[in-house]
Amino acid sequence: MMDSRTLKVSDGRAKIQVLEAGHGPDLVFFHGAGGVTAMDPFLDALSRRFRVKAPLLPGYGESDGGDNFRTMLDITLLGLDILDALKVENPLVVGHSMGGMLAAEMAATAANDIKRLALIAPAGLWLDAHPIPDVFAALPADYPALLFHDVKLGEQLITAGVNLDDHEFLRGFLIQASRQLGFAGKMLFPIPDRGLSERLYRIKAKTLLIWGDDDKLIKPVYAKAFREKIRNTDYVEIKNAGHMVTLEQPEAVISALARLAA
Amino acid sequence: MKFTWFHLMPWPHLPDDFREKHRSVWVDIPSTIYDPVRGHAVYNEYLDQLEYADSLGFDAIGVNEHHQNAYGLMPSPNIMAASLARRSSKSALMVLGNSIALYNPPIRVAEEFAMLDVISGGRLCAGFPVGTSMDTNYCYGTVPALTREKYAEAHDLIIKAWTQDGPFPFNGRYNKLRYVNCWPKPIQNPHPPVFIPGGGSIETWDFCLDHDYNYSYLSYSGYLRGRKLLDGYWERAAQKGKDNSPYRAGFAQIICVGETDAEAEKLYAEHCSYFYNRCLHIYGGFADAPGYRTIKTIQANVLSQMTPTEAAKLPLTPWKELVEQRMVVAGGPETVRQQLEELIKDLRVGHLFCLFQIGNMPGDKVRHSTKLFAEKVMPKLKNIWPDHADDNRFWIKPIQKRAVPARLAMEAAQ
Repeated sequence: MMDSRTLKVSDGRAKIQVLEAGHGPDLVFFHGAGGVTAMDPFLDALSRRFRVKAPLLPGYGESDGGDNFRTMLDITLLGLDILDALKVENPLVVGHSMGGMLAAEMAATAANDIKRLALIAPAGLWLDAHPIPDVFAALPADYPALLFHDVKLGEQLITAGVNLDDHEFLRGFLIQASRQLGFAGKMLFPIPDRGLSERLYRIKAKTLLIWGDDDKLIKPVYAKAFREKIRNTDYVEIKNAGHMVTLEQPEAVISALARLAA
Repeated sequence: MKFTWFHLMPWPHLPDDFREKHRSVWVDIPSTIYDPVRGHAVYNEYLDQLEYADSLGFDAIGVNEHHQNAYGLMPSPNIMAASLARRSSKSALMVLGNSIALYNPPIRVAEEFAMLDVISGGRLCAGFPVGTSMDTNYCYGTVPALTREKYAEAHDLIIKAWTQDGPFPFNGRYNKLRYVNCWPKPIQNPHPPVFIPGGGSIETWDFCLDHDYNYSYLSYSGYLRGRKLLDGYWERAAQKGKDNSPYRAGFAQIICVGETDAEAEKLYAEHCSYFYNRCLHIYGGFADAPGYRTIKTIQANVLSQMTPTEAAKLPLTPWKELVEQRMVVAGGPETVRQQLEELIKDLRVGHLFCLFQIGNMPGDKVRHSTKLFAEKVMPKLKNIWPDHADDNRFWIKPIQKRAVPARLAMEAAQ
């Protein structure tokens, strides 16, 4: 269980909940469209090696103020404002999926400030030959197969306890989806490409790309597209893992991050 | 009481195994199912039906906008309304409406609606829907959480373009226009009556009440279920100190009139089944993009959100239940009159959007039902709101001396 506090950032326009735990090198983690909670097993494992700060974007957890942020630039500057507010010296900036897209945008925008960057199956690029499935039209029952190599594990972690035939549950579910994916849609809907490919050249950070070898949402072929544009990259492909490589193979992800931090 | 003869223009040739073979009638329905040569006959037959309704004295003939679907084939309702403007003479043209968040720039709507109003001599009712999530988000790619803000700005721009002398600059968030200058301007002054079709978002109530626009609820689950929503609307109107003129509200209803109740079932049941089974076969993932509805609306629980299991059962609803639950108002003229009287008074609506062409219903049946309604039902309901007979705030104000298209003039002379 991680500690939690809230910050006011971006001239008071956003309230940001930050999950914190651990000791070691500073690491700031930007979550994917599904969000993270204080109980997240990946963050828990990560906090055994790093001093982890995981800010939640508006719409996730207690974070709020999403209506004030519309474009990718708005959200990139929000990310940088959060980074400032966290007051950490030269942290390892890590982002997963949507959070990877945001971290890459931040590193391209504030190229001199972000020195070490890890992108875990980041969104942000689009290859016509490898279209990314539409998560906004997917139903909860579709998520395990889309996001996990081990679909059974995905079912346990994601769909267990989901009962959309219960009216109360359904309403709560819809409210959460509306808050979270409503905000995520500003970056990802309907196609998760806001022109990042034209900005990646600006990134000066030493960059590590991490991918699950069985990622069915954003296929590993996207790693190549990122590496072609970012000048200083390393790549780690992790076996037996899908898009939620952080949950399926947390130790392998954390070892790769530790090597980047060293 | 105002009666609009409303057309959805569904594709009537969906195969019998459509539900089994395809996940959705909307968004990703294979375009190969559409046959343009058959489409030629379909469009022309549907326009004939609307013109027929004009000739029978309906207050308005209605069209609307949907995209990439077999439920309603009017990506551009203005094209249909333009055709009707020249081929009808009395009815209002109810365009319900243009999904204004989708037009770039939305000044296009101000221009086209003004054209329709001018061509028709001031007979346009201007509908401004937000648009379904299928149309707005999945077909036209609008970011769900930005849809309503874009909509509100488009509305402000259009009304300003109609009511303010041009040119003037408009510095919006989504529209930067140095020279807004609407040519032509609408005949109706300050602008055509505005109709807002709502799918159940409660923010829309305040919007309609603040501007004195008509609020119309469009659903296919019948007026017994629509009541919760309209009750909320009237409650809000009272809170805001607004009068309770029924012309502030409208409701859409499927109506099937036969000589008798038995004839109605015999003639129309199969077409209602086609409609509920195939035309409403919408994949759950396309129904409501996350962020499209506001949290306030979901929390208010006025939508009676159906669970996936309930939604799956809806198409299989047998005729008897469709009629009992008033999803369909059907029967002989007296049955239909009674039920509609109940609907109109219960919901307190001054506008009824009547759907007579259902699913794959052929033209002869459509005309049969329409004629019985126009002759035996409509006259008895016409004066149901005597206390509000003079309230013309929510209706068209056509000019008296209107041009008559040459061809219609020739037909009239014969």
